[in-house]
Amino acid sequence: MSCRCVSRFLNYFQRGGMKLELSKVVQGCRLGVLIGIGKTGQHSLELPGCLLYTRCATVPHLTQDTLHTLTYLPAGAQVALDGLAEHHEVLEEFKEGVRKFAGLHDTALFCSLHDPATNCPTGHVTNKTVSVWGSGGRIEMTAARFIAMQAVIQPDCYQSMADGETWQTNTSRKRVHKAVNRTLAHLDECLTLHHKTPQLKHTEVFGVVEGGDILEERVRSARETAKRPVAGFVLDGFQSAAMEQELRGQLITAVTAELPVEKPRMLQGVGRPDEVIACVEAGVDLFEGFFPFQVTERGCALCFDYNVTPDPEAAALSPPTVLELNGERPAVEDPKQNDVGNTGTMTQFEINLKDIRYREDFRPLVEGCGCYCCKNHHRAYVHHLLVTSELLAGVLLMLHNTAHYLGFFRALREAISHERLQDFKTTVTKVDFGGRKQLH
Amino acid sequence: MNKVFKMAAAASATRAAPSDMAAAKTAASAASLALHVLAECPVSKARACVLKLPHGAVNTPVFMPVGTQGTLKGVTVAQLEELGCQICLGNTYHLGMRPGPELIEKANGLHGFMNWKRNLLTDSGGFQMVSLVELSEVTEEGVMFRSPYDGREILLTPEQSIAIQNSLGSDIIMQLDDVVSSTVTGPRVEEAMRRSIRWLDRCAAANKNPHRQNLFAIIQGGLNAELRKACLDEMTKRDVPGFAIGGLSGGEEKDDFWKMVTLSTDHLPRGKPRYLMGVGYAVDLVVCVALGCDMFDCVFPTRTARFGSALVPWGSLQLKQKQYAKDFQPIDPECQCATCKRHSRAYLHALFKSDTAAMHHITVHNICYQLTLMRSVRDSIIEQRFPEFVRSFMKRMFPSSEQYPSWAEDALASVNITLD
Ligand SMILES: [Zn+2]
Ligand SMILES: [Zn+2]
Repeated sequence: MSCRCVSRFLNYFQRGGMKLELSKVVQGCRLGVLIGIGKTGQHSLELPGCLLYTRCATVPHLTQDTLHTLTYLPAGAQVALDGLAEHHEVLEEFKEGVRKFAGLHDTALFCSLHDPATNCPTGHVTNKTVSVWGSGGRIEMTAARFIAMQAVIQPDCYQSMADGETWQTNTSRKRVHKAVNRTLAHLDECLTLHHKTPQLKHTEVFGVVEGGDILEERVRSARETAKRPVAGFVLDGFQSAAMEQELRGQLITAVTAELPVEKPRMLQGVGRPDEVIACVEAGVDLFEGFFPFQVTERGCALCFDYNVTPDPEAAALSPPTVLELNGERPAVEDPKQNDVGNTGTMTQFEINLKDIRYREDFRPLVEGCGCYCCKNHHRAYVHHLLVTSELLAGVLLMLHNTAHYLGFFRALREAISHERLQDFKTTVTKVDFGGRKQLH
Repeated sequence: MNKVFKMAAAASATRAAPSDMAAAKTAASAASLALHVLAECPVSKARACVLKLPHGAVNTPVFMPVGTQGTLKGVTVAQLEELGCQICLGNTYHLGMRPGPELIEKANGLHGFMNWKRNLLTDSGGFQMVSLVELSEVTEEGVMFRSPYDGREILLTPEQSIAIQNSLGSDIIMQLDDVVSSTVTGPRVEEAMRRSIRWLDRCAAANKNPHRQNLFAIIQGGLNAELRKACLDEMTKRDVPGFAIGGLSGGEEKDDFWKMVTLSTDHLPRGKPRYLMGVGYAVDLVVCVALGCDMFDCVFPTRTARFGSALVPWGSLQLKQKQYAKDFQPIDPECQCATCKRHSRAYLHALFKSDTAAMHHITVHNICYQLTLMRSVRDSIIEQRFPEFVRSFMKRMFPSSEQYPSWAEDALASVNITLD
């Protein structure tokens, strides 16, 4: 499995503002840049990449001051209708879109239907409507209301309405078939209205691929969606809890084979580093950035190693990894117990700073990490903040976890670029194998 | 049955550096503090000073934000520095319980533990015990209370309070005082006052680091002028680095409050800082500066922020209220804080429904408001226009002069400032 794939130089142009420039495809992984995002085409996103996760257009716990202590912030952030729909009237009166409303000046916005870190009750999608949940409860939206909502949010891209309720196990084939049909009908209706809405002139629409765990439905959904004039694709219903990575990988590979190469593919609900790598190999370009938020909410710090040695020859002499340096192994729970609760279950990629063992640990969260938290504070302090339920714990953990996660994506692009994907995968996932062996 | 205050045990056993011990012996009165009076108001008792402390100069009058558990409510130390904060508070009771003085000492004191490079003041822990913990009992030995964590009986003596504060390494440390509610009357007030004097001496003797930790005495005496005066006479005989006015701000009538404040400043030495404990409302700050106080602390501006209340020169805005949902102005168009430069009332109103960052935005603004107010007060004293400042401040704060609180009018009149 060496990285001997011949790389191709692909450069596709499409109508409209946004375009994807692929520089390399290795082992199914697409390396490139999404350019020309935004009204004036000023934003670009490196792929594979992730968006900044926000709630009400704010990265959780962070003010602009603290957020901008992070370097290499992606140019794109995700907002969800869940949190914004209840502010429809306010945004309507404000007129200038959620970016300006939230005091964000220089960020491209992608508007999704649901907040990936919140569970949505199911059973509320109809042929004509979808529902979102805000602080005041359920808000049901027809396509007309949905597009009116987008017109006041004024994102740079948004996900079309979709019936994404087929991720649960035991969803019948009939229900999945209906979801695919509904989603296509929703898309057609959204596209018709979209083109009649002057406020959305510079906004792009992403079509949603559904189909649950049924290969034929996935392929049909992808094919049909690709026929529509969409700027990109959202792959829905692959949430971490929904299926095993093996099946997910197979389905996504089948889906992306049906999608035009020159359009970006965004995957929802997947954030674990190992799953991200596998999905990138299956042809995914873009992820939601909710994972570091979930890690933060459970009082944990990302600490996995993602640095591949520059020269493969020197691999045997590689410097100790982060975890070896720290002389510890995280207590790992069975990843299969992963659920889609608000904070999810702890993974092998993080340490639980609430644990008493960090009480007197005066090292940074991760040695060598350049984030504000690691440069200024130690584990003992963050442990104290968690134990005393102080608000600063969320701020510091969110800074570190976001920095670490963005660093992981940068390293992933480097690895693809230098055809070192296999080494990268080994580095990222070795905690699992090594840790487990040592435990027994 | 009484266990010695466990959190102090390791701290009191600390190996003090030989030089520290020598310093303690030879320079019991040594202070690492210097107060330079820059300007005095020719009309009132207001003054502007520079207070030199081990971690930098503090411009007074100063408001000191409270960082109870070694953190200031979601605000990073970098943000706090950016706001121009030169000194903030930590609470000995909370820090003594969690994470404990031993750990903080290992982290190079509270400065190292929270990575705060400027000055810190810690209280004695006594006030929190009496106010937060049920079943606390005061004896000559110290304050006995039951731990809210494991139910053990714990005794906090003056020596142990100082030992913990020595471990915390704060620039200003407070004596343990015998706190009685300001509404209590009778012999208990005098007993507490006399005991506080005795405890001051025990605290001074216990301070291992007088050359880098400045012990402040706390004037007690309730609302009784004679007792206050007696306490002032006794305590000012001691060569302590600074004085706090204690036992007020606990629900007493404002008419009684300001009289005790002004009585205290009348008898405190000019060359030492005066710290009025627990005062933080804007009007109280301005009036008490006029009465001659230099330093203030209060949890109010940061606590109220978490409930969505933003402080402004005309009072406060309850940003969670519906009336702000479509209000696209900043909290205060004239405020220079990061929140006001970027966010509207409407956005903060909306954000309150989704994320704690809404609180952080208002906390930043409220600290900025308090520090800016004190800087304006200070500038006006230096520029010899403090009485005019007070008049325009009051005009802005209240819709009409009929709404001026009479206690504030009386207090200001007592120092020759008349309001229009
Ligand atoms: Zn870090
Ligand atoms: Zn402000």
